[in-house]
Order: sequence, then structure tokens, then C-alpha cells
Amino acid sequence: MRRFLRPGHDPVRERLKRDLFQFNKTVEHGFPHQPSALGYSPFLRLMAIGTRSGAIKLYGAPGVEFMGLHEENNTVMQIHFIPDQCQLVTLLDDNSLHLWSLKQHNEASELREEHRFTLKGPPGSPPSATQITAVLPHSSREVLYLGTESGNIFVVELPSFRVLEDRTITSEAVLQRVQEDYSNRRSCELVEALQEHPKNPDQILIGYSRGLIVLWDLQNNKVTHHFLGSQQLENLYWQRDGSKFISCHYDGSYTQWPVSSDNRQPEPLENLVPYGPFPCKAISKIYWQTTKNGLPYIIFQGGMPRASYGDRHSISVVHGSQQTAFDFTSRVIDFFIIFSSEPTAEFDDPSAMVVLAEEELVVIDLKTAGWPAVHPPYLASLHCSAITCSHHVSNIPLKLWERIISAGSKQNIHYSNMPWPIDGGTNIAPDPPQRDLLLTGHEDGTVRFWDASGVCLHLLYKLSTVRVFLTDADPNDNMNTLGEDEWPPLRKVGTFDPYSDDPRLGIQKIYLCKYSGYLAVAGTAGQVLVMELNDEDAEHVVDHAEADLLQDQEGYRWKGHEKLKTRDGPVRFEAGFQPFVLVQCQPPAVVTSLALHSEWKLVAFGTSHGFGLFDHQQKRLVFVKCTLHPSDQLALEGPLSRVKSLKKSLRQSFRRIRRSRVSSRKRRGGSGNASEVQEANAKFDQDALQEMELAPVQRKIEARSAEDSFTGFVRTLYFADTFLRDSSRHCPSLWAGTNGGTVYAFCLRVPPAERRMDEPVRAEQAKEIQLMHRAPVVGILVLDGRSTPLPEPLEVAHDLSKSPDMQGSHQLLVVSEEQFKVFTLPKVSSKLKLKLTALEGCRVRKVTVANFGSCKTDDYSENDLAVLTNLGDIQIISLPFLKLQIRYPCIRKEDVSGIASCVFTKYGQGFYLISPSEFERFSLSTKWLVEPRCVVDMPEVTSNNLVHKSGMENAVRKS
Amino acid sequence: EFRRFSLERSKPGKFEEFYGLLQHVHKIPNVDVLVGYTDIHGDLLPINNDDNYHKAVSTANPLLRIFIQRKEDADYSAFGTDTMTRKKNVLSNVLRPDNHKKKPHIVISMPQDFRPVSSIIDVDILPETHRRVRLYKYGTDKPLGFYIRDGSSVRVTPHGLEKVPGIFISRLVPGGLAQSTGLLAVNDEVLEVNGIEVSGKSLDQVTDMMIANSRNLIITVRPANQRNNVVRNSRTSGSSGQSTESSLPSSMPNILANFLQGEEESDEEDIIIEDSGEPQQIPKATPTSESLESLTQIELLHEPTQNGFLPSSEMNLHHSAGSISMEYEIQDPDHKSLEEDGTIITL
Repeated sequence: MRRFLRPGHDPVRERLKRDLFQFNKTVEHGFPHQPSALGYSPFLRLMAIGTRSGAIKLYGAPGVEFMGLHEENNTVMQIHFIPDQCQLVTLLDDNSLHLWSLKQHNEASELREEHRFTLKGPPGSPPSATQITAVLPHSSREVLYLGTESGNIFVVELPSFRVLEDRTITSEAVLQRVQEDYSNRRSCELVEALQEHPKNPDQILIGYSRGLIVLWDLQNNKVTHHFLGSQQLENLYWQRDGSKFISCHYDGSYTQWPVSSDNRQPEPLENLVPYGPFPCKAISKIYWQTTKNGLPYIIFQGGMPRASYGDRHSISVVHGSQQTAFDFTSRVIDFFIIFSSEPTAEFDDPSAMVVLAEEELVVIDLKTAGWPAVHPPYLASLHCSAITCSHHVSNIPLKLWERIISAGSKQNIHYSNMPWPIDGGTNIAPDPPQRDLLLTGHEDGTVRFWDASGVCLHLLYKLSTVRVFLTDADPNDNMNTLGEDEWPPLRKVGTFDPYSDDPRLGIQKIYLCKYSGYLAVAGTAGQVLVMELNDEDAEHVVDHAEADLLQDQEGYRWKGHEKLKTRDGPVRFEAGFQPFVLVQCQPPAVVTSLALHSEWKLVAFGTSHGFGLFDHQQKRLVFVKCTLHPSDQLALEGPLSRVKSLKKSLRQSFRRIRRSRVSSRKRRGGSGNASEVQEANAKFDQDALQEMELAPVQRKIEARSAEDSFTGFVRTLYFADTFLRDSSRHCPSLWAGTNGGTVYAFCLRVPPAERRMDEPVRAEQAKEIQLMHRAPVVGILVLDGRSTPLPEPLEVAHDLSKSPDMQGSHQLLVVSEEQFKVFTLPKVSSKLKLKLTALEGCRVRKVTVANFGSCKTDDYSENDLAVLTNLGDIQIISLPFLKLQIRYPCIRKEDVSGIASCVFTKYGQGFYLISPSEFERFSLSTKWLVEPRCVVDMPEVTSNNLVHKSGMENAVRKS
Repeated sequence: EFRRFSLERSKPGKFEEFYGLLQHVHKIPNVDVLVGYTDIHGDLLPINNDDNYHKAVSTANPLLRIFIQRKEDADYSAFGTDTMTRKKNVLSNVLRPDNHKKKPHIVISMPQDFRPVSSIIDVDILPETHRRVRLYKYGTDKPLGFYIRDGSSVRVTPHGLEKVPGIFISRLVPGGLAQSTGLLAVNDEVLEVNGIEVSGKSLDQVTDMMIANSRNLIITVRPANQRNNVVRNSRTSGSSGQSTESSLPSSMPNILANFLQGEEESDEEDIIIEDSGEPQQIPKATPTSESLESLTQIELLHEPTQNGFLPSSEMNLHHSAGSISMEYEIQDPDHKSLEEDGTIITL
């Protein structure tokens, strides 16, 4: 009866719960998924990135970041900051304009949407009449010029978005006084670019797509100059003094035009195809930057020879005789140059180029010789190789922290020393309370160490396990080396490299002991590496041991992948974590669980076949245990049909999600096939619906039996010093839980330190518990006499934890996917349980013990279980009485990869992937909350600022 | 061979005594036999406990025909409804088993070996449009054997008829427990699983709940076929399935309490193997004074059993098992005709 009463009838406990628990999604780490637009304000020194899902993110100095989301979830096409304001305008692919403001609230700035607006034409006009292609926020900050597909330019007032109809610049007005033959050919074409004159705010330059460029006088409402271009126009750029501008074209050429008062229809000064003479791709954007020494920087996107380099995503920088075509591994979305924006400065003097590519942000230092890249403090590409697992370690000791940073700094010598150039705003968040590490394992066999203490997830150090193995690709193969006279002078930049040489190298499990610096990593092909932190480069042989997990099982054949070949002889390792022993599981199935005990110098590992224990001090295998059920053929034969079908269904569901996202978003109507696309989508939906009606989704209801497949799959391993055999003597023990609901307990005998090398470690099976509900065991934990979880290895030795209570009786907590059960020790009798699945229909996916401190008093904290279910809910369950405290919806239940990627910290925070490249950080605690808190102050606006060219982003139409 | 003897109808005595008497009469003191009798409908029914012995004696009119078979080569299928009429000549089958070269029948245990595999429960508190079915899974080979799917059902709400999503039985595995009980049918709407309403839960959630409860699964369904509802006195005959749909029984706590007791009685016990010894069930921890927390205490009250059943509960179960088979016999013929109706409806 009791359990059906609503929990929380106790008002004292209710109050305490409010002081302990609180759910917040605090910050998104990593690189935005599918970025679609870039903007920069030299005035605020803030950068804005828009995404295809309608998110807009602002970044300034490290720690300064804001996020906004358009309700419509439509693709952000363009972002324009209003000159000298804390405001920006976004254009979405549904042709709507949105005005966002940074406003101060509770001492911190917040990004808010103020207004939205959709341009409407006269009744009966085609939609293209008002389809916006170019946006120019005028330096007066009062109006916005909107170029459209029809060639008309509308003027709207800010911030009200009121259309000033009398100021509309029609294409008819522009075409007056243009020669007959030229105007006939080129009437009614779309506005490709709008640029304000850098010195005279009354003049704007209008570029039409077929090549006509005009200088329009706003005061007199007429054209002052006509520039009759003959090539299809891509973009325009004013030179700083306003005496010339440059246009770039679809055929890969750029043209300089003079602007003087005596010639109203000038001829071009220079016309150049930089990568000619063969046909080239379009130059979609160009900068002409002046310097003190006279040699300009010409920076342009694209323009590569169509036939041989047409697939490259490049941006070329030309400065005198120096020329480099920076070659990006993913599509370039947009870029900007940071240059001197002081109105009094005579030259541009560019300092850095910021490039937003589809998968990463690359910043090039233009001041240092060789144009090195700048290491970004945020927007790290988490997915430069796909993330396969993650591991979080809280409260890293300073010593270890410094050693990791020092190892990492040796890897970063090729980066520029330039301070981060985008430095607007002030971070006012309190310093992070502790040093936290997030370790991510990747498909290419690397482990990346991230500083996860604060708002900026920052790469500290990258570890590669590839050197231990012989792979097809030589790791020393440097893609950057190119011959001297290569043309075009391509140079690969960025770190995004989604191609893995060998999927067997993938990292599956990571365990770091923060006190000893021992690290164990395990991978896809059954490899387990134990590593030690070394501050120097070293060359040594990696010891190699095999663990045959099938042992006495006869007649089985592994049909999966082979194990990785190891390198013979000594291997050179750079400073950092260096492997000293490799344990190879046989069969080489993926390692599914891993535990390291740095005090006992033992490492335990499990696969779908069984588990083993390795003594890494003596480098000796202690024992292996096969967990296979004799009938479990599937697990033996390797990644077979069932696994494949699971993978396939996952992939399909991802596809479904993606498809539904795409179809829910209306494609831009620029091209005529929009209706076709919609029609196709509708047809697809209908087909899908019909398919569903024909074959309804049904689920089989069947009790689990011992004969089910993959029951031997080892899900969890746990070391504990507890009372396993009798209540008078505690001893080291190893616990293992399987997919079939079995828990094995082994009693270990570890020789005392002085005889550690002389006597072998012994192990003996002491207990085997079979849970009758047979659900997979996902967590094992021993609680001491005070019902506190046992401390981590070496935690007590480092005086960081109270010694566990060895007087009172210990308890064993077994968490399966369906139930939580507490048993007594050493005699195993069940004490209490919490049935989750039977009551709620959800299953445990992740479980961790977390310490929750009260936000009211410093002297109260308690340990609870943080649980993530397959429905994406997070539940907090009390210890040791297993009472549900609170529940929060966190991840969409369809987001399988998000749920699978979730990792909890020891202090009630967590991370999960919201896209392949982004971690969402959340907090369950009132006390430990890492979220951005920053202020953007309006710099003083002097009157002459009003005159200078704002450096606004060019009005680029992206199609 | 035939024997004829007399019994005092008013004082039949105990089954044990009667059994001894039979052995004595036939001079087979050490042979295990099955005892059966023909009731007024001509069905061959077993006599193996006091209750059915008394029942048998009371049906004697005035003669009671008793059949005795040796237990080893007994033809169990001879028992049951319509047995005497269905088989052309049961007697010949029973009396001359050697002539009878039919394929071996599936051995159905005798009532004293019976354990319930399914039951209809809580008929007294549920609306007649609902049926609460309990399936017992004993780790036997027989699968539970059914599938569920998403669907929609019509409900009466204060705002009129409303279409709401629901969970339905989509398929019964031939030979599975669900099918053999006859209590569940395709297109029955699942309303509750072990006392928890499924409305608002996804198909996967309900699947997980059912599997988690698979050892003692109690599902409340609204049968697709509402024709064979027993109209109870308390209800007006006009009440249709739809009209009672919206109001689930108000006496929810009682039902849940019933569930609890039932559930905890037969709840699974984990198994422990100590030091490579024999597997044994994990006992409940005896509460020590320090760990006497409210929750544990309450839980313990619900689980008074240590290993297996207490004798008293065993009696209860047997009793209820008896009542099921009775009910079964009454329902079965009805059910058949109604199944036909069902197909007509679906067509």
C-alpha cells in the first residue's frame, strides 16, 4: 500500500529536496550542428552563428555566450548586427526577419527576440517580389534596406519594421538613364549585394545578379554612377577610403571599379581570374584590405579551377607574393576578417580571418608569418572523429591537472600565440569550483581530454592509441606537406577528419584514476591498454598479454573482426599518457565494461563472452570467467545479424528523425521546385502512413528466459573492499553483472605492498546471484556501515574521503534495467527493492551515485542515485532506502544517441550529445551549476562613430 | 471388471477412506489408480479430493458409476466436458486401453497437481465491460504468447465521444498461454497492467511493463467482444461498454491492495549460489533493529513468506483453481458461439 501513496508527504523532506535538487539545462558545449549563417560585430566584438534548426548563438570572450532559438525552427539564412547597437537582425528561410537584443537583466545580459516581421507585397504580386536576398542595416541605425528577388529595395524602419513605402528603390528608377540595350537585357533581376559607402552614409552600392552595379544617392533618390558589369555578380566590397570597390563573379573572376565624381559610367580598373585560365568556380565573397606597407590583402572564397579542384572548400589569401588557399575539410558557410575598425585609422590592417565551415570554426592569424591557425577557446569540434564513449572525472588534483596541460601544450606548438581575437563582453560567472575533466573516446582510437570545469569546453590534451598497433595508414603521414611550386597553393586547415582508418581502433571504455594518473582504455577489437602519465617522451616496448575468455568452451568459432596487429619492438611515445601493457581479449569482441583499481594495481575488463582480471603490476592475468550460456550462439559468432539489425534500426530511426525534420521545414521558395519537394514529401508521408496501416507496429510479450541471446554480455564491473565471505573479515572483491541478470562476486587476495611483486594475486569465486527477472545488470555498488557508497581507490589514502565504516554491516546494491535491489552482506538476503519497469514502463539506461549539497547550508550533503531512463527522464533515487525523490524530463525518448551518450558527474551534473558535435550540459543540483553569466556593455559611442563604415557583414545571399 | 458396493449417502466420509475402500474392494492395495465418475451430463469427472468426492456422491441418482484406471496407463483425456458423448464409447477406451492405438495424448495433470495458469479476478468490483485476467508463468516452456499494438478507441467524456489512443492485443501465438486460456482475444483493449493504467504510456512502455511483470501478469482488458458479458444485478442492463468506459472503478485502492497481496505472494525470488554450492533462493533479510525503517517494515508485512508458499496460501490457491475450472466449464460453450459472432462483427 505504502508505495502507492504519493511520495513526499513529509514536509521537512520536501523542503530539503527543494534545497538539494533542481534541474537546469545550462549550456551547450561544442560546435553547433548544421551552422547556416555567420555574423560579426566589430563594435561589440561578438560573433553570431545561426543554424538550420533556427538557433542563434553569440560568442565573445571565453565564457561570454548567448543562445536564442527562433520559434519556427527555420534555417537562419543571414545575420546582421545593427551598427553600434546591442542588436541584430536575422533572416530565416521563410523570409521572416527577427530583431534580437542583448538586454541587461539581474546584472547579466540576456538575448531576447524583440520583433518579427515578414515583408508583404501589394496584393496579387508574386512571392518573389518580396523574397529578401540582401539586407543592409544602415549606419544611421534607423532603417534597414532589404534587397529582393524582384530587384526592388524596400526600406523598413527600426525597430518597428514599418515599411517606408515612399523610400522604396524600384528597379525601374535604377534603370533610368541606362543604355537601352543593356537595360533590356537586365531588367527585373534580383539584388545580390547592398553596401553602404564607407565614408558617405548617403550613398549605397547596389549589385544586381546579372552584373549591373549602381551607386544610389539616398538624399536625392537617384543613381549617381552606373557600373555595367558583364559577368554574373556574386558579391561586392568597398575599399576603406571609398575610392574603389571590388566585385566578384560567378566565373571565378573579380573586378576593381573606380568611383570618382567625373565619370558617371566608369570602366573597370582591373579584371582578374586568379586561378585561370581554365574555367573556375564562383568567387562568392571577397575582401580587399589595405595595409600600411601598401600591399593589400585580397581574401576571397572559392574561385578554384572547376575541373581539378572544384570539390575543394577553399579561401585564398593573397598578400603581395604570398598566396595560400586554405583548404577546409567541410563546406565553408561564411567568413569574416577582423581588422581595425577605428574610424580614424587609415588602413584596415587585418589581424585575423574567422572561417565558419560546416563542421568547425577555423581562425587564421594574418599577422604572424606563415599564417598559423589560432586555437579556439570554444566551439571545439567534438566530432572531429566520431565520439564513441565519454567518461567524466570530477575534482582533479592540481598536480595531475598541470601535468595534463603540460603534455597538451607540447602538442599545440603549431598554433599561433595570438590572443583570441573575438573578445567582446565580460564573463562575470564565478570561477568554477573545481577542476573537472571530460574524456571522450573516438572512433579513430584517440581519447581527448577536455577542461569541463566551466562554460568553455576546451581541449587540453589528445591521446592516441594508434601507435601501439600496426595500421594501414602511417600515422606520420602529414597531409600539410606540399611541394614548393604546387598550384593552387592549397593548405589543409582544421581538425575535422571524420574518416577512420580502422574502426577496430575505436575507444569503447575509459577509466582514469585521478590520484595515481593510471588510465585504462578499451576498444572495439577487445584491446585493453593500461597507461601511465609520463612528463617526458619515451621509447619502450608495450607488454602484451592475451585473455582467452572462452577457456574451456569448445567448438565455437568467432566470425567477427580480427584483433589488431601490434607493433614489434619499442615504440616512441610523446609526453603524456603512455601505454605500458596491452591485454588482448580473445575472441576480440568489443570491450563492454572496464574497471581499474589503482591501489591494488588491477584492471578488470568484460566483453560479450566473459570477463577477466589482470594484474598490471606483475603483468599477469589473474583469472578469466566465461559468462556464456551454452545456447548463446549469437554472442560467440561475433557481430551478427541481430546486432546488425539493431544498428540498422537505429540508423533508420535517425534517418526518420532527420527526414521528418527536413520535411517539416519549408524549403525556401527561391527555386521553382519547392512545390515539387513538398509534393514529394506529402507523398512520402502518405506512403509511410499507408505502410503503417498495412503492417501495424506490434510488440511481443514474452517472459525473458535463460536461453535469450547475449545473456553473457558483461555490463558492469566493480571493485570493492567488503565482507564477502564472513562478517568478521573484509577482503578485496570484484563484482561483475551481466545482461542476463547474473551477478558474480570474486574474492581477491592481493599481497601486501612489500611482497606485491613476489606473490601472485589470487581470486576465487565466492558468490553468484541470479536475479529472477533476468534484466541486464547496469550497476553494482557496495554501501558501508553508514550506508555511504565505498570510496574510490586511493581516495582515503589521499585524505579526501573518510574511511569507510567497516564496523556496521555492508549492503550490496544491484541495479538492473528494471529494478533496484539492496541485499545484505556477507549473507546475501534481499532487503528492499524498487521496481521501476513494472510500475512505470521505463528502464534504467545510466545510473551513478552523485553527491548533492544543500544550497542553504554548507554542512549538509547526501548521496543519491542519478538515473537516466530509456524515456529520457532523469530520476533521483535516495540511498539507501530507494525512494524516488524527483523526476525531470531531460532528453526526448526518440533521441537514442542522446540517451546513450549521457554521462553523469559525481556532483549532480551531466552531459549528453544533442548532435554529433554538441554536448548539452545539465545540472540536477542547486549547488553545482555551471552556466554562462556575462555582460555585454555598449562601448561609448562618439559622434564620429556614426560616420564610419560599420564593417557590417556584406549582404550576401546564400542559396 | 466391475464391482458394485454401497455407500451411505449422508455420511460419505473422507476421500482417503473412500480410496482405501476402492483399493480394498478391487484387491489392489499398492496400485495407484485414478478415480472418475460420470455426472448427470454424462461427463467423466475425476474424484481425487474430498470436495469432488462429496459432489460425486451427491449426484448419485441413485447409482454412481465410478471408473478406476491404473495411474501409469491412464487416459487423462478421457476426463472433461462432453467426454462421454464426444467419444463414441468412452467405456471401451477406458476398459480396453490396449485396443486403443491412438497417438499419445498430452498428459494433463490431475487436479491435485493443478496450479493456476490463468484466472479472471475482481469480477465483483470491475464494470462488466472489463475483464481482469491474471496469467501465471512458471518458467515452463509454454510462452505467454501474445502481441500488442497501438490503436485508438472511442471514449465517452463530458464533451462527448472522443477518440483516444489505446493499446490493443494484436496477435495470439498459437499454443501460447494467452491463447490457451481463452481469456484474451485479438483486438481486446489493454487498460491496465498490474494495477497501473496504461493510458498515456507508449507501446514500448507497456511492453516493458508487461515483460517486467511477466511472471505474474495481471492485465485488465476491455474485450473486443462484449456480447458475452454477464449482466449483473447491480447494473442496469442498458449499460454498454462505451458508457462505462470513462469511469474506471472508483474503488482503486482496494484493487491495488488486492494486487499487492497477490503479487507479493508469488513474487519471484532471486537465487544465490555461495562458494560453488547449491543454488538456493535468496531469503528476505530479517529486520535488524537499526534498519527498521518504515519502508522495510511495510514491505515485510506484505511478504510474510520465506521460501515458497505457506501451507495456508497453498490451500487458497487450490481452492481458487477449483473455482476457475468450474467457471471455465460454464463459459466455454458460450465462448465458442461468441467467437463466431465475433468474426461476423469484424467482417
